[in-house]
Amino acid sequence: MLELAKTILAAAVLALSAAACGAADLAAYRVENGGVAAPLTDEPGNPARGRQIVRDMGHVTCLICHRMPIPEEPDHGEIGPSLEGVGSRLSVAQLRLRLIDSKQVNPDSVMPSYYRTGGFTRIGAQFEGRPIYSAQQIEDVVAYLALLKDK
Amino acid sequence: MRDVTRPLAIKLLFGLAALAAIAGSVAVGQTQAPYEVEGRKSGYLFMTPATRSLQDDEFQNPGMFIVERGRDLWNRAEGPDGKSCASCHGDAEASMPGVAARYPVFDPAANGLVNLEMRINAERAAHMKAPPLKYESEDLLALTTYISMQSRGQPVNVAIDGPAQPFFEQGKTFYETRRGQLDLSCGQCHEDRVGMKLRGDVISQGQLNGFPIHRLSWRAMLSRHRIFAWCNTSVRSEPYELGSPEYLALELYVAWRGRGLPIEAPAVRR
Ligand code: HEC
Ligand code: HEC
Ligand code: HEC
Repeated sequence: MLELAKTILAAAVLALSAAACGAADLAAYRVENGGVAAPLTDEPGNPARGRQIVRDMGHVTCLICHRMPIPEEPDHGEIGPSLEGVGSRLSVAQLRLRLIDSKQVNPDSVMPSYYRTGGFTRIGAQFEGRPIYSAQQIEDVVAYLALLKDK
Repeated sequence: MRDVTRPLAIKLLFGLAALAAIAGSVAVGQTQAPYEVEGRKSGYLFMTPATRSLQDDEFQNPGMFIVERGRDLWNRAEGPDGKSCASCHGDAEASMPGVAARYPVFDPAANGLVNLEMRINAERAAHMKAPPLKYESEDLLALTTYISMQSRGQPVNVAIDGPAQPFFEQGKTFYETRRGQLDLSCGQCHEDRVGMKLRGDVISQGQLNGFPIHRLSWRAMLSRHRIFAWCNTSVRSEPYELGSPEYLALELYVAWRGRGLPIEAPAVRR
């Protein structure tokens, strides 16, 4: 019940902020039941590419905060939960919303919103108006995460 | 430059002698405030034993080399009247203890906050008619470190009342504001996630008592405002100018967060 209310609220807030900030160049998406069911792009996500992107420092690597099954990378962070098995815990729709804008899952989240351009304070000039991930990169990473099943 | 041409053996001898003199003078008769006061913890406590002993060893602490330069600058006459800091303040070891622990302070002349770096430049302007040293230059870092070192072991004790109070509030707001594309406030890391691993770093309380610090991973000395800029840039937020009113207010607030912690300059950090 609470979850549902949250979802509706989040969608409303998003609609407002999208209108206010004119985030026109982002692909439109719909938040329903705590997730985003429809892919942002026509091209299906490529998990191999996704595995590369999540390691990339230039794209705020998830490894800053998460342990991931990427043994060749040192120093996995411990700010968020381990992402091992996350594809068994969460649906593709939930993973997609979590990546697009974690604040819509948890307003207090410290996880960055990877596909949002509005509502920041004193954002670095070179990042203004540019989400951390492109729509295709969101799809690639979602496809990768979905494969991280419990053994 | 001078260092490169001097034969290594002489350089070492000279360096060691100077450091021994400095180390001796600091150790005498000073009380050492504890590294933890009522839950407030120095960054020292988040370092490995190896890094701690590097800091503790006057001869191996890589930050000590800049101290030698700071002392040269203290004694060097500049400007038309041929004055040095020492002309008026004499021995820094006698005149400067306790000063760094009180900064930043409200300065009626500036009608705002000044930190140690700005105070040094104000002294140069007013009393020596010498040009300012560039923020984050070797020279300004050296003098700041040399003066700060005279307060080693003394507890941080900044005034936040009276005319300083509005600046304190401004700094607190800065500290608590989420910023940048990663949308994080200082406190979300340095209060809420202390001790957790952020990639290769362990998040400390982000205290200032060690500054200027030598950061091993950068092989460089850095000022308080430089780490502010770095922490801002890390969350993809536009940094402010070093020496800006915003960072001065932040410096006052963050120094207050670490009240009672010992001045450690030059501290050694990862
Ligand atoms: C700055 C730290 C940070 C970064 C960077 C980060 N996350 Fe997170 N993430 C968190 C935290 C903290 C949580 C726990 C829930 C919360 O606070 O929102 C979380 C939760 C998650 C969850 C939900 C896990 C579950 O079991 O419910 C997923 C999935 C996730 N993150 C994926 C990612 C991916 C993929 C990346 C990189 C593209 C990433 N995160 C980058 C901090 C981060
Ligand atoms: C011509 C004399 C003169 C010279 C040269 C001079 N000062 Fe000063 N300085 C003063 C006086 C006078 C004061 C004010 C005394 C006070 O506030 O207690 C002062 C105050 C200071 C203070 C503030 C002390 C405190 O307790 O807040 C610092 C720090 C300082 N000087 C550093 C320097 C440095 C570094 C230099 C060289 C770059 C320098 N001074 C050169 C005369 C001088
Ligand atoms: C994403 C997390 C994060 C945020 C947000 C952040 N910092 Fe840091 N900060 C770090 C890390 C990591 C270090 C290096 C390890 C350590 O000392 O904590 C550091 C170091 C520091 C240090 C040096 C501590 C020492 O003992 O040498 C200070 C001071 C500091 N930060 C202040 C701030 C201030 C002020 C802000 C807000 C403008 C801020 N930080 C925002 C992660 C963060």
